Amino acid sequence: MEQLFPILILCLPLLGFLVLGLLGPKMSHKLAGWTGVINMGITMVLAYTVALTFFLGESTITEPIFNYKWLEFYDKLVISIGFLLDPISALLLIVITTISFFVHLYSIGYMHGEKGFQRYYAFLQLFTFSMLGLVVATNIFQMYIFWELVGASSYLLIGFYYTRPSAVSASKKAFIVTRFADLGFLLGILILSYFTGTFNFTDLNNGNLVATQFGGATFMGCSLLTWALVLVFMGGMGKSAMLPLHIWLPDAMEGPTPVSALIHAATMVVAGVYLVARLFPLYLMEEAALMIITVVGAITALYAAIVACTQVDIKRVLAFSTISQIAFMMVSLGVARPEHHEALGYMASMFHLFTHALFKALLFLGAGALIHAVHSNDYTAMGGLRKYMPITHITFLIGCLAIAGIPPFSGFFSKDEILAACYANSPFWGVWMSVVAGLTAFYMFRLYYRIFWWNEPDYGHHKPHESGWVMTLPLILLAAASCVVGFIPFGEYVHFMPEPYHIHIDPVVAVSSVLIAVIAIALATVMYRKENSLPDKFAKASCGLWKAAYNRFYWDELYMFITHKIIFNGVCRPIAWFDRHIIDGTMDGLAWVAQRLSITIRPLQSGSVQAYVYVYLIGALLLGTITAVCIL
Amino acid sequence: MEIKLLCYLIPSLVMFCCGVYGFLTRKNMIAMLISLELMLNAVDINFAVINRYLFPGSLEGMFFTLFAIAIAAAETALAIAIIINLYRVTKNVNVKDVNKLKG
Amino acid sequence: MFSNPLIYFVVIPVIMLLGLYLSRNMAQIRTVAVTGSLALLGLSVWLLVDYLGLRAAGASDVMLYRGDWEWFSALNIKLSVGVDGISIAMILLSAIILLTGSIASWKINPLPKEFFLWLILLSIGVFGFFISIDLFTMFMFYEVALIPMYLLIGIWGTGRKEYSAMKLTLMLMGGSAFLMLSLIGIYYNAGIESWNLLEIAEKGNISENWQLFLFPMAFVGFGVLGAMFPFHTWSPDGHACAPTAVSMLHAGVLMKLGGYGCFRVAIYLMPFAANELAWIFLILTGISVVYGAFSACVQTDLKYINAYSSVSHCGLVLFAILMLNTTAMTGAIMQMLSHGLMTALFFALIGMIYGRTHTRDIREMGGLMKIMPFLAVCYVIAGMASLGLPGLSGFVAEMTIFVGSFQETATLNRVFTIIACCSIVITAVYILRVVGKLLLGPVQDKHHLELTDATWWERTSTITLIICVAAIGCFPNFFAKLISETFTVEIFKVLGM
Repeated sequence: MEQLFPILILCLPLLGFLVLGLLGPKMSHKLAGWTGVINMGITMVLAYTVALTFFLGESTITEPIFNYKWLEFYDKLVISIGFLLDPISALLLIVITTISFFVHLYSIGYMHGEKGFQRYYAFLQLFTFSMLGLVVATNIFQMYIFWELVGASSYLLIGFYYTRPSAVSASKKAFIVTRFADLGFLLGILILSYFTGTFNFTDLNNGNLVATQFGGATFMGCSLLTWALVLVFMGGMGKSAMLPLHIWLPDAMEGPTPVSALIHAATMVVAGVYLVARLFPLYLMEEAALMIITVVGAITALYAAIVACTQVDIKRVLAFSTISQIAFMMVSLGVARPEHHEALGYMASMFHLFTHALFKALLFLGAGALIHAVHSNDYTAMGGLRKYMPITHITFLIGCLAIAGIPPFSGFFSKDEILAACYANSPFWGVWMSVVAGLTAFYMFRLYYRIFWWNEPDYGHHKPHESGWVMTLPLILLAAASCVVGFIPFGEYVHFMPEPYHIHIDPVVAVSSVLIAVIAIALATVMYRKENSLPDKFAKASCGLWKAAYNRFYWDELYMFITHKIIFNGVCRPIAWFDRHIIDGTMDGLAWVAQRLSITIRPLQSGSVQAYVYVYLIGALLLGTITAVCIL
Repeated sequence: MEIKLLCYLIPSLVMFCCGVYGFLTRKNMIAMLISLELMLNAVDINFAVINRYLFPGSLEGMFFTLFAIAIAAAETALAIAIIINLYRVTKNVNVKDVNKLKG
Repeated sequence: MFSNPLIYFVVIPVIMLLGLYLSRNMAQIRTVAVTGSLALLGLSVWLLVDYLGLRAAGASDVMLYRGDWEWFSALNIKLSVGVDGISIAMILLSAIILLTGSIASWKINPLPKEFFLWLILLSIGVFGFFISIDLFTMFMFYEVALIPMYLLIGIWGTGRKEYSAMKLTLMLMGGSAFLMLSLIGIYYNAGIESWNLLEIAEKGNISENWQLFLFPMAFVGFGVLGAMFPFHTWSPDGHACAPTAVSMLHAGVLMKLGGYGCFRVAIYLMPFAANELAWIFLILTGISVVYGAFSACVQTDLKYINAYSSVSHCGLVLFAILMLNTTAMTGAIMQMLSHGLMTALFFALIGMIYGRTHTRDIREMGGLMKIMPFLAVCYVIAGMASLGLPGLSGFVAEMTIFVGSFQETATLNRVFTIIACCSIVITAVYILRVVGKLLLGPVQDKHHLELTDATWWERTSTITLIICVAAIGCFPNFFAKLISETFTVEIFKVLGM
């Protein structure tokens, strides 16, 4: 019983994938879809049972529930596939199964009639399986295994509309960028395992022991432990779309919208945060590594928030908003120290991960409903939709309020803890992140007003209308959750220090952040509530900043330059040329020399017997003479 | 009266040289074949007399001579057959013209 | 003699040859080929099970199923056979690929009888090589495996087949010239008049100077077949022109002869030189790994892409062998298995696609996923195996190699391990490039819309390979143990580690 549920949690989605993947083409759309939904529902119930038993019961066990040897290298260095239940993995179990279930349900409506419907559900199951395997990993290599698998299922889902070239290149980009980051992750694992001789989190998180095992080894002026941790973080940067490896996430919006909600907003992209949180005790050993995390996170948060203010495609706005919010969580981990409020940042980060998953999934699913209604991703094709789609409107508004950090919605509580953690570390980061929080409120309400207010375009005969219950139900439930989850005494369950952390709202931080949010919302109201020329004027007055932000500060162009001009044309082509002409040329040259040589000496074999006899005679005479001379 | 060994060797040498000369200079294959026979016969003479004079007790030289004569006969027959066949194709027996088999 | 099971790996193909001689039509030829390969596969599976049973029962010899038969006593040449875990893995691989290759050549044309004749002759060489432990017979079987390649490519190939066949044969023959020299050198310098691997390793005593002289020759000799930089150029041309089954066998099995030989002959018999000279070959193989991957990024011919990818993956095999530790060597053998299966799958699929579209240029194709979903999905799976997706064989092999290689602390080893790790990114680039261009996106050529998906025999062949790839990927520990337990204490005592 104790082992059965965890095993089932992992096996059911895998089974669902195999069944839908192999038998899918023989199934009807309806059967395949509901098989997926029901399978996910059961998994969700099991996950809730396991997680709630853990939280509400005596939650002290940190030993893996089961741990099968998968591949032995030597001695203790073993890759196991296991199930580790601790506060953060239990939390993630809840988040993943909930969002996944809603997405499964929602997709019945959203993907209705699409070609490849069964394939879509199979991939969703595969993704859920991989993500669950990732969060319950007992060792870093299991995490890496499932890390790769989520990458692959994300690749498959982004490229779901595989006949579209843009989707194909987006999926390729996502995979390759994250693969590059995974290279860092792998090297980090190799360094860690070389020194510690283990992959297990329980052993790795014994920070002092690991530090002794490293024995102060250094490389290029930094300790190897820092290197290892930064390399591991690089893997997290890739998956969590931190600068400069963020470029794949906006493009990943080519996938179906529910997929964006599940993978690229709520679950997979927070894997990087989860990874850092998982190894947090180890990260605490190296101040430099935490500093890097903070800096990368802070820059990313600001960058993504600025870019989000200028985008037209609503999914891209949400994508950049996701990047920015994940950066919040990263910063929160980066600034967390046991001496400041008992590592409040750690708890805040996980709290924000939880609330963000809910409201961002809500926003994405809402965006999906909008796109489903108007058949376009651009907000220029929308406007005044509040009349046509009241449920979507209200739920979307709740999502916006939550992300903007307005009490009593969930985002307020978690963001407030993050800001408090930042201020506790250094006022600099506090101010910085408050500014980003203000920008968040601005761009979200800019989006909200452009979609639901502004000016109504010509919708033609087909007025947009609300979707069926399978699509609105998840919206309503998620909106309801976003309203209430902020009141959960989160610190009681997830805390870094052995003792539970009692959340208390710091009045200064809370009031100031709400004030900033309200000002930002007011600004957005002025600029975007009704059609006016303010935004254009503002764009013109910003001396190119607006244009640069609109083009995402030219990161994509930079990457295109590096990959195409430098790597492709500067490395691959010369190597291929070198191979064909120099290496192969040498071999062909050898053959050519042999051939020329044989042609040159061929006339000697004239075939004329008389010539042979001449040569023979001369040779014999010469030899005779020489012999004679020698003897005499 | 005893005839000296040299009296046999000198004519055989002359015969051999004639054979070599003929073999090298003649283009007619029949003539070349004749020259070849001359050389062989010169060698046969040498075998026979050297056996007779230097190793009177043994007969190997004689046997070699007999073998050589037999082989020469066979070889001549074969060569003449080839030459006649070639003649049917090329209408002459000039050795320069026989290069069709060369790669 | 016939009581030894190993000898049947040579006897069954000989019987198949006889059957081929008697068969009169295509159906009979197929029956002979498929039955024979099934028998071989069955035999190798039985061998695996029996071997594990014997080991579990406590058999502790280095090699099991030993057998010696006098062959040419003047030079002490014997037909000695014996297998350990590594050979069994290789034999299993060969049997699987021979079977799938035979099925994939269901419709070979022209001269089916002759085609299978040479194919089976080739397999005699392959099996003989893996079972023999006598250097001379090993070399003989090696040559037997090489020569049929010339005819198979020259007659049944496509494109510049004469050129490629000649190039491949000459380069490999060049390699075997070195190899022959080195084998004779080992025979005369080991101090015991024996060609037997085990005896040489146990009692032989090759002086250090001779080792330093012979080791590079043996390594290069086998390395040419393992596509070691810079002796790899036969591989792209040869594979591109070869018919499907030949590409499969060649990349899947024959290239493994190289890695196997490097380990079994060069390193096992000359450990001193292996320790001394490993750095030279580490550099070469390290270059192979990234060089092949980079070259593959810009190729446009499917088979060239795959051939360069093979250069990269086989480079990793030799690279790991040179690390001289258990984990890396286990990884190397697993990589051989994994690469053999997955590259055979690739070549089978490419052959099937080429048979339909009559082009292998990825610029002329696109959107095949829509037209032939089965083949396309299989291609994606093969690609994922190649780029190291967990759950498929490539991942476990590569990770074992990386973890093993990282244990070596010398700077050079570290640097090249990191360089080799980079190949996982480059591999992803070229695999996804092909998948994106070939299978996804819009259909490029309207004529392709009329093409059909896989036939039943094509499905059988690919599914078999995919199951094997997934089996290694999902249950790696079984294979890893089979292999790593072979690296017994004795071997490492010999290696001086």
